[in-house]
Amino acid sequence: MKRYVIIGNGPAAVSAVDGIRSVDSDGSITVISKEEHAAYFRPLISYYLEGKSKAENIFCRPDDFYQKNHCEIILGEAVAINTNQKTVSVSNGESVPYDSLCICSGSSPFVPPMSGLDTVDKKFTFLTIDDSFAIENAVDENSRVLIIGAGLIGLKCAEGLRDRVADVTVCDLAPRVLSSILDDGCAAIVQKHLEDCGIHFSLANTAERFEGNTAVMKDGSSVDFDVLVLALGVRPNTGFFKEAGGACNRAILVDNCMKTSLDDIYAAGDCVEQEDITFGGKRIMALLPNANIGGYTAGVNMAGGEAEFDNALPMNSIGFWGLHIMTAGTYANDGNARMIEEKSDKGIKRFFIRDNRLIGYIIIGEVKSAGIYTNLVRNRTDLTDIDLNLLIKNPNLLPFGEIYRRKTLRGVV
Amino acid sequence: MKRVFVHEEWCLGCHLCEYNCAFANSGVNDMVKALKGKPVTPRIHVEDDGKIHYAVSCRHCENPLCTKGCISGALTKGDDGVVTIDHEKCVGCLSCMLLCPYGCITTDEKDVVLKCELCVKNGRGTPACVEGCPNRAIVYEEVEA
Repeated sequence: MKRYVIIGNGPAAVSAVDGIRSVDSDGSITVISKEEHAAYFRPLISYYLEGKSKAENIFCRPDDFYQKNHCEIILGEAVAINTNQKTVSVSNGESVPYDSLCICSGSSPFVPPMSGLDTVDKKFTFLTIDDSFAIENAVDENSRVLIIGAGLIGLKCAEGLRDRVADVTVCDLAPRVLSSILDDGCAAIVQKHLEDCGIHFSLANTAERFEGNTAVMKDGSSVDFDVLVLALGVRPNTGFFKEAGGACNRAILVDNCMKTSLDDIYAAGDCVEQEDITFGGKRIMALLPNANIGGYTAGVNMAGGEAEFDNALPMNSIGFWGLHIMTAGTYANDGNARMIEEKSDKGIKRFFIRDNRLIGYIIIGEVKSAGIYTNLVRNRTDLTDIDLNLLIKNPNLLPFGEIYRRKTLRGVV
Repeated sequence: MKRVFVHEEWCLGCHLCEYNCAFANSGVNDMVKALKGKPVTPRIHVEDDGKIHYAVSCRHCENPLCTKGCISGALTKGDDGVVTIDHEKCVGCLSCMLLCPYGCITTDEKDVVLKCELCVKNGRGTPACVEGCPNRAIVYEEVEA
């Protein structure tokens, strides 16, 4: 009987369980979980604060999932892998033997050293549901909240908190919001919308030091606050893997089978770097669909089946108070790609084309049927016979021809 | 499983499927009361360039991407193969819309996510779009994968 061990207990981990069980119903599965919750959907932590998600509705699988799949849960953090003895050392002192191991250890908030941070009474990071519970307890309707970081995490936190508190101010060293996924023009539209919704910004500026509940900013001004949220980004949890001699860049390097450089060790989810088909290299693509597909792929391969995840790409769908933003692929306007822009009163679409293929896009506002664009990116579809102008105005199946439609609308896909 | 399939050569472009869908999922017994003066937000839509027209609704894919990208667990594929949405869980992030290759996810006027659930939840045996199609361009049948 094969012994499977999974480090981590998020979406990638439970998908790995599904993948293993699709091949092997007998082997033992041990899940090493740092958090005292069943696997939950991490993006819901802001919707919990906003009141859109109930705490009992955030879980990835039904209550009986671990029992049904005969998983043993060990509460603790993996601290080391011994590749000779094939064991994982856990923070609770246990040593867990494996025949096949999957690392789904996710990431941790990155907090740089900041002067006076220890003088701040109520400070939080925002990555776990326990962070949400703690922030919920710390705020009231009179709270002034300062969020450091105008990325996805910081802005979703701002949205989640606005109606619970008196004021939300977001600062970031970057000159624009969502700098990891938006270009300048698109970021300005989103920032304006967020300001209209009551969020205050201090961009190209950040807190340099703290004096109790006052942040002294880079530009010399100061911001008084009651609650501080540190949303400066995340770092993949890879230390124990590196120490075992595994190949890492910024995260654990995996191939399309989700196999790492070490024998019988796979990895999936936010802690991996894998081939991005739109980029021509490996990237961290810490996104839920990739965690689910990558985890499942790893599980199948761990159990001796054959699976590949060979079409990963970065993508995001994020909305703030009715304004939707979607992005996919690569959209560095670096001269190697041609940009086509479509503006309307509903918003803006920017498409990036290279070698006659759509390699990425940004849409703000009119996101209807954007999956048709994502599919072009994912399949690296040659645009020679496709009327892209038509598609840009109105994404539908007309430009794909009758044969494609017969396959998709009259057949099982 | 039985799915909805579309024969574009028989589609008249009448858009009746859209109205029948919106009515079937309105929870109202009278079609006029359900639709008159109200936003019509069907889960099926007709694509039309003047010459070609055909209806598009959820393909209930063998390996759906929408369920894999759903950040709330609202979208699931049941043991019966039907992809359904749990509105109690949905937070409206539209990851499903970002992922669906066929443009089959839509929203209503309040930004609530809608998709074809093959009329399994509204108590009908046969999907309303199929029943009401005047030229049998939309059929409900078992097709081998």
